[in-house]
Amino acid sequence: MSSPTAAGVIHDIGYRRYVGPRLGREYTTWSLYVHSLRTAFGLGRSAVAKIFPWFVFALLMFVAAILVAVQSQLETQFGIRERAFEYWGYPSSVNILVLLFCAIAAPELVSRDLRSGVLPLYFSRPITRWDYPLAKWLALVSALFLLLFGPELLLFLGSAFSQDSMSNVWHEFLGFGRGLSISAIMAVLFASIALLISSLSGRRAVAAAITVGFFILTTPLVGILEVVAFAQSGGGDNGLTGTALTISELSRLASPMTIVSGIAEWLYSDGSRIGPYGPLYLGVTFGVVVVCLVPTLLRFRKVAR
Amino acid sequence: MPLIATEALTKRYPNGVVALADLTLGVEPGIVGLVGANGAGKSTLIKILLGLLPPTSGRALVLGLDPAVDAQQVRQRVGYMPENDSLPPGLSAVEFVTHMARMSRLPKSAARERASETLRHVGLYEERYRQIGGYSTGMKQRVKLAQALVHDPDLLLLDEPTNGLDPAGRDAMLVLIQRIGTEFGISVVVCSHLLGEVERICDSLVAIDGGRLLRADRIEAMTTSRDVLVVEVAEGTEELEARLVALGLPVTRDGRALQVPLTAEETYDRILGAVADLDLPLHSLDQRRHRVAELFANGAPTTQEPAHV
Repeated sequence: MSSPTAAGVIHDIGYRRYVGPRLGREYTTWSLYVHSLRTAFGLGRSAVAKIFPWFVFALLMFVAAILVAVQSQLETQFGIRERAFEYWGYPSSVNILVLLFCAIAAPELVSRDLRSGVLPLYFSRPITRWDYPLAKWLALVSALFLLLFGPELLLFLGSAFSQDSMSNVWHEFLGFGRGLSISAIMAVLFASIALLISSLSGRRAVAAAITVGFFILTTPLVGILEVVAFAQSGGGDNGLTGTALTISELSRLASPMTIVSGIAEWLYSDGSRIGPYGPLYLGVTFGVVVVCLVPTLLRFRKVAR
Repeated sequence: MPLIATEALTKRYPNGVVALADLTLGVEPGIVGLVGANGAGKSTLIKILLGLLPPTSGRALVLGLDPAVDAQQVRQRVGYMPENDSLPPGLSAVEFVTHMARMSRLPKSAARERASETLRHVGLYEERYRQIGGYSTGMKQRVKLAQALVHDPDLLLLDEPTNGLDPAGRDAMLVLIQRIGTEFGISVVVCSHLLGEVERICDSLVAIDGGRLLRADRIEAMTTSRDVLVVEVAEGTEELEARLVALGLPVTRDGRALQVPLTAEETYDRILGAVADLDLPLHSLDQRRHRVAELFANGAPTTQEPAHV
């Protein structure tokens, strides 16, 4: 026979009923977000789990440090220093490192939960089926953004302190902002694709391999399209025209690795190599994100059962 | 208010399998055993009670709430321990249970405090900072129980809590569940395909088979003073059986053991006398409550010890 349930009764053996507040749905989603963000960088986990994310971060900082060092050695002409780098170009130039981080972090966030069977514990709690994938997605996006924010900040600080006038510092700051905007776009795009792939496999190694494979194997398509464009133009010296030019300008849509650089050039560079297709690049990026997010959300609706 | 009530609850999966068929039952607070063979519909029932699956027809009430409508409120007051492995190996027990408490909407500091406290209650205090990956099966089961208990639910749903445990671990787990039900004052539903072990700790039993209700009743109503003596001898079981029959005792054979209803005080002595006369090596002589299994027409297998230990 059980004793009658009485809230607030303190039993001899020390079990105490919880009478404190229970917070809302925003709180649990936020908690899951923070937990996942920490997981992406190996925080709160074993030392082994910290090695890879922080190694990639260190590499990115190293690249940024070199760029800053080179920049400070460049000649100043007419009061304006030559540029060793563009803030908006930095994310695309290190996209392979971002990809590697993403390919490790996404399975760590999602595949691990699928594999360990921990999902039923989440979904038997007051968490909706949207909260979970949404928190995971935001965490991965934030992780990738922070990964790029660090080196971008280093680039900015390094360049700002080697400027001799305030207007130049302001100029650098604007560039920094542009770099962050491109970093954000890359973070959203990479995170969405990697999260979808990882949510389909419970095996982290498989998810990581497929993610890397997807990004790397689509990259040669860009080159192939360029060759096709060149062949189309008859290999002349007058540059590309007509259809050939169009193919060339659209070629970077073929891979997520290059699509962000297309947007960056359209937004911030005058010598754009994507012609009038900037909005299309942005639209395709948005489309890919949506196309990846919808099945991810649906996937967790199913898994929740 | 009943703990759980269902009304003509039916669940038909898209592939045509009927997991629950017209199940109507009412369960009062206490420790409830939900027994049935694998595939009887226990897990489906739990998923419906948690609001993870919508019933095809009929309805269910948990703590007076309909999980198909108020899933979040139900889940806030219910703790669930799944049958399968469900722990991330790379976290320490205290971190994991704290995280799960926060997922149940407990504020950060309260979550941490209750995680430590709950782990102490399940007997994992010293080891709580170690990574779960290095835990034994018994310790993992305790962590699973702790995460179900950490947010102080009014109802615990335990799906095969003794799965994979050795006999000692099994007993410890059952004692723990009994304490939760009695001393902690939390109602518990224990799912099991092993009738023999849940009947030891339950106030009431619900038996389902093929998605249908076999029987639901208080345990006293099912086991009215029908104790048996179980005799096991290392050899000569047949001789002993013949001797006991000759003595006029209604013996039934159960594998290598013999069962004799305990009707009078001297039954003990008569059995011991028979064993001594025949000079047989006595293995064990236990008094047991008559097993509920035998009270179900199509009940679970009638072996006391589970076949898959």
